[in-house]
Amino acid sequence: MRKITTRLLPVLLLLICFSQAQAKTLVYCSEGSPEGFAPALYTAGTTFDASSRTVFEGLTHFIRGTTEIEPGMAESWEVSADGKSYTFKLRKGVKFHSAKHFKPSRNMNADDVIFTFERQWKKEHPFYAVSGGNYEYFNGMSMPDLLNSIEKVDDYTVKFNLNRPEAPMLANLAMDFAVIQSAEYADKMLKAGTPEKVDQWPIGTGPFVFEGYKKDAQIRYTAFTNYWKGKAPIDKLVFAITPDASVRYAKLKAGECQVMPYPNPADLAAMKADPKINLMQKEGLNVGYLAYNTLTKPFDDVRVRKALNHAINKSAIIDTVFQGAGKPAKNPIPPTIWSYNDATVDDAFDLATAKKLLAEAGFPNGFETKIWAMPVQRPYNPNARRMAEVIQADWAKVGVKAEIVSYEWGEYLKRSKDKDRDGAVLLGWTGDNGDPDNFLAVLLGCDAVGGANRAQWCNQEFEALIQKAKVVADPKERTKLYEQAQIVFKEQAPWATIAHSMVFEPLSKDVVNYKIDPLGGHIFYGVDLK
Amino acid sequence: MLNFFLKRIGVVIPTFIGVTLLTFSLIRLIPGDPVELMAGERGIDPARHAQLLAEMGLDKPLLVQYWNYLVGIFHGDMGTSLVTREPVVKEFFTLFPATLELGLCAIIIAVLIGLPAGIIAAVRRGKVTDYTVMGMSLTGYSMPIFWWGLLLILLFSVRLGWTPVSGRISEMFWVDEVTGSMLVDAFLSDEKGALLSTLHHLILPAIVLATIPLAVIARMTRSAMLEVLREDYVLVARAKGLAMPLVICVHALRNALIPVITVIGLQVGVLMAGAILTETIFSWPGIGKWLLDSIRRRDYPSVQGGILLVSCLVILVNLTVDLFYGVVNPRIRHNR
Repeated sequence: MRKITTRLLPVLLLLICFSQAQAKTLVYCSEGSPEGFAPALYTAGTTFDASSRTVFEGLTHFIRGTTEIEPGMAESWEVSADGKSYTFKLRKGVKFHSAKHFKPSRNMNADDVIFTFERQWKKEHPFYAVSGGNYEYFNGMSMPDLLNSIEKVDDYTVKFNLNRPEAPMLANLAMDFAVIQSAEYADKMLKAGTPEKVDQWPIGTGPFVFEGYKKDAQIRYTAFTNYWKGKAPIDKLVFAITPDASVRYAKLKAGECQVMPYPNPADLAAMKADPKINLMQKEGLNVGYLAYNTLTKPFDDVRVRKALNHAINKSAIIDTVFQGAGKPAKNPIPPTIWSYNDATVDDAFDLATAKKLLAEAGFPNGFETKIWAMPVQRPYNPNARRMAEVIQADWAKVGVKAEIVSYEWGEYLKRSKDKDRDGAVLLGWTGDNGDPDNFLAVLLGCDAVGGANRAQWCNQEFEALIQKAKVVADPKERTKLYEQAQIVFKEQAPWATIAHSMVFEPLSKDVVNYKIDPLGGHIFYGVDLK
Repeated sequence: MLNFFLKRIGVVIPTFIGVTLLTFSLIRLIPGDPVELMAGERGIDPARHAQLLAEMGLDKPLLVQYWNYLVGIFHGDMGTSLVTREPVVKEFFTLFPATLELGLCAIIIAVLIGLPAGIIAAVRRGKVTDYTVMGMSLTGYSMPIFWWGLLLILLFSVRLGWTPVSGRISEMFWVDEVTGSMLVDAFLSDEKGALLSTLHHLILPAIVLATIPLAVIARMTRSAMLEVLREDYVLVARAKGLAMPLVICVHALRNALIPVITVIGLQVGVLMAGAILTETIFSWPGIGKWLLDSIRRRDYPSVQGGILLVSCLVILVNLTVDLFYGVVNPRIRHNR
């Protein structure tokens, strides 16, 4: 026996050493520090990458690389005939992560689902005010108005009763704010007098276990061996926080990280030429637009809006501002979203038509106005000032003299919402959940006038279509309604739709099976290293 | 002597109050609303906007806000970050060791190179060495830190592969925080190679941060030395036949050091300003980068608290230098 042990021991040690040497670590050069680790409390994509997309999971999921919904913590669901109640059958045997300060005694169940939503919803809930208690996404998606009650039917069945039918409900539940938190963990931390620990040290059911965060430097995860879909191919995941895009690129080139987000547009050509880098690209789920204030003169006249749309050379914008990495937009939703109406006809760049329409509207010699240029770079608009200059030059050709104005970003967002705002505003949007409602109702609905509806446009025909599409369950019927809404939008032209940008993601060639998330996230489950 | 100390400390109090007023008002002079920034393009319901402003205490008149801020300071409470909801003091002291470590290394480099360079330039006045040292120090002083940092990264990290691009330690190591100084923590940890990795990561950012103070120290040392070298006692020492190195190090340098020490003290402020850019380029998790992020997000309590704490540090160092100056040079304390 002793002999066997003596002979086996070196072999075992060798095996252990071998397995350790084989541990696959993927380093992701993330662009910033997370605000925290409770996705319900925050709004930044950086925070979601570090929490909801690694540690947690929702009742429903977006299939990786798409905006289609698949079952997550809910194995299946039923929607009542009136569309006002959703019954979710929860997946059995789903385990929560363990940490030094918490060992779960049970699997995920209905109590966790109820805790997750009631925490954000009910002011009397013991966790409502913990860590500041700002649930901007939950409120922004109108969940308090929408939810009537959440019932626990049994340990693995939860029923959501709504005040009105809401067709995008399943997509809403796949969003980051709706990931399932552990009620048992919360309870334990509350009893220990450290409830905020729940938001600082995340315990979820997702593919990666949180191991630690060094502020502004590094976040570490290990693959969850008991993950219900199976352990991730990589063993460790490290977020190396690197705010500067040039430095991220230098780290990627030096092999210090394998994936980086948000490259500088100026570096794209060099990245494409680099044999060690795989520059992935995909059409972004976004739209960049110029919103006229339809409540004020002269933009209250559809002929003026149409004329100005005809006077914008979008191809020049794609070349000069997007450096080719974009696509002219004709609809308010991107082509990657279902119900995109390809049959609509864009307002072609045609100065003669523009002049004719302006003359018909009573402005044969043009007029003076303002173009608002954002002070920041966004995925849907990499250089708003340059874009404004191109539009300014185009409009000058039809006699419209535009002055370019800009404000600090917070101020810009605030002032651009004013109903009596002067001029046309450059802005854009990146979708949250892949549902057309998330573009059309949020940005063009009557409720959003004075808010995210920068065109201050409230058209009853359009409104009726999008409101109907919100309550109809049949996807085909919804598609038709949204297609119709896009035709109305095009006729009324509250915006000049400018472009949909491409999203770029440079990776090391050692990375396999990475997919660009159309919703802007960075998801590492399923990713492997050669 | 006591009178001199009390007078010096007395000057600090109005400076401190001035700093609180400046930090409070300057961040509010920058247009921008933290709630709007948080909400982004989506926007926020006006009622919810008002509610959040009230929760953050930003709905009160400015004087009331300032008073609350002062009361908080005297209770050791700098407020809570509007973004992370963490106490500002906790955030500051979590990140401060990283800045301190970088700053100390930078000042050591600046003194170790700047001082001898200045002495050599003074001794070889008007010769090639002098012009070289002065030319290089002028270039260093005028160098935009951001550009200089990126240039060094591209050369030493990307092209030559000698140093890592950024961070405090390789992503392969996870060193438990004991003192906050990565050098000490890496030394104490069981992880093999952690200390070497830390040193490796420290080289470039320390050189970049040291560049401006080095240039200033070299120039200051040179001019102070030139003045001292003209003094009669130096001539006497040389006439006595003392060896030149001895004259320079013992007789000249000791007297030339007084203004140089003051300049080194003043460099603490320069280092803090430089740290903002250096930490951003090298993804160094210190207070410089944190302050910049806080300004961008209009995180008023973090900006106010952070700048106040940094200012206190600068005031403290300058006070110490001032007092030390008085101790070593009796003429100064008697003149006051």
